Amino acid sequence: MIDRLAAFLAMGGHGGFVWGAYATAAIVLLAILAASLLRVQREERALQRLAEAGGRRGGRARGPAGPAA
Amino acid sequence: MVMHRFANPARFLRFAAVALPWFSAAAVLCMAAGLAFGLFVSPADYQQGETVRIMYVHVPSAWMAMFAYTVVAGGSISALVWKHPLGEIVARAAAPIGTGFTLVCLVTGALWGKPMWGAWWVWDARLTSVLVLFFLYLGYMALLGAFDDPVRGGRAASILAIVGLVNVPIIKWSVDWWNTLHQPASVARMDGPAIHSSMLVPLLLMAAGFACYFAAVLLLRVRAEVAARRIRTLRLAAMEAES
Amino acid sequence: MNAFRAILVRDLRLALRQGGDAAAVVLFFVLAASLFPFGVGPEPNLLARVAAGVIWVTALLAVMLGLDRLFLADHEDGSLEGMVASPAPMLVIVLAKCLAQWLLSGLPLVLATPILAIFLQLPAEGLPALLGALLLGTPTLVLVGAIGAALVLGARRGGVLLALLVLPLTVPVLIFGVAAADAAIAGLPARPHLLVLGAMLLAALAAAPFAAAAALRQAVE
Repeated sequence: MIDRLAAFLAMGGHGGFVWGAYATAAIVLLAILAASLLRVQREERALQRLAEAGGRRGGRARGPAGPAA
Repeated sequence: MVMHRFANPARFLRFAAVALPWFSAAAVLCMAAGLAFGLFVSPADYQQGETVRIMYVHVPSAWMAMFAYTVVAGGSISALVWKHPLGEIVARAAAPIGTGFTLVCLVTGALWGKPMWGAWWVWDARLTSVLVLFFLYLGYMALLGAFDDPVRGGRAASILAIVGLVNVPIIKWSVDWWNTLHQPASVARMDGPAIHSSMLVPLLLMAAGFACYFAAVLLLRVRAEVAARRIRTLRLAAMEAES
Repeated sequence: MNAFRAILVRDLRLALRQGGDAAAVVLFFVLAASLFPFGVGPEPNLLARVAAGVIWVTALLAVMLGLDRLFLADHEDGSLEGMVASPAPMLVIVLAKCLAQWLLSGLPLVLATPILAIFLQLPAEGLPALLGALLLGTPTLVLVGAIGAALVLGARRGGVLLALLVLPLTVPVLIFGVAAADAAIAGLPARPHLLVLGAMLLAALAAAPFAAAAALRQAVE
């Protein structure tokens, strides 16, 4: 069992290349996904805050001094 | 004016809300199945051994790198020619994802090239044109962020994306010629129909997974971009109301 | 046609009055290419093999060096707005400015090439092909560069950005430019490569002014 797992991980002596390729793909794709999710969360939250602030001021929207998009 | 500008994005956001879970689920399922087939079921190649498994991330990412660029260029064309409000938003959202796929393609290509050709990099026609594609993406994004006025950056970057689209086939064709002048084609050629189904299945599954991933992340980024624009308009309106 | 001549004469006269621009570009070209023997070693056979490529790459960089000023002065003093508003078509204006730019920073490079060919031990058979390739290729570089120069107007770090945008687009010119000289050195006909360079010049003449004009229009809006 352990031998078979070791053989699978070794990938015929090219394990570093094969797993390196899959790891690169996983890291890049997950990083982009995470960055996009964070950005959606940040922007939509800021928009909501802005809309609420605007509603309280009787229709006049006024933004907090947060970082501009 | 504001209504006109967001009429289309509003409809798009409704579509995104419906489509996003489906694309996400399909991406996860296809990639999981593709990994299972690619790593366990499909056999090692009789020539390339186990390294052939790199193909299942390398080739789909190359396809998606090119597809994402056509999305960027298509969005730019619709923004410049038909003034479609969504065109530029989609182009802007697709560019970082395409850059990521291009990077994956280049790195996995190097990791495949080292054991197969004995070199991390060769100046082969395909590699060169993908590298140029990577630089085009970087140039597009650098131009987007280079102006104080985001509208201006968007328009300049759209023009660049279209110019780059014209250039991509030229580069492909010119480096093909350049390469054959110096050395015979050394790239492991994969004739489409000749590939065995045990390899075609994981390849297509991974490609479908990558495509769904692209669609899902694109929708997310479009949502963020639309929100950012709304914030900008609201702030502008607030400033005008105060002055 | 009058607008074309007017802008051409104006740009040339301005450059001559300020003086030194063309000389600086040529000086950069010669200096940068003369660094290569120090980098790769002075061995004549090696230099002869890389000479055409070195001359092409440094010519490319020298052309880039002058490009960021192509529309910058006009943008800063506001005369670009006048040009966009003027009845003369934008294409004519762009073409005139590109021709002036080429006369100031492209043609001098071609004229300086024989000196570098001697410095770098370029085989004599390759020189006519290299000169022909540079004559056909450098205008293409200026035209493609004009798009970039128009796009980065008003951008932060415009100069670096310009290189990032334009250099990838110049790869085909470089490939065929070097291939023409290499073919002549190897005793093969350089004509097909020169014809491709000519075709690229015609394509750039037809397409680049449109893109540059569009970029200029959105820059002054």
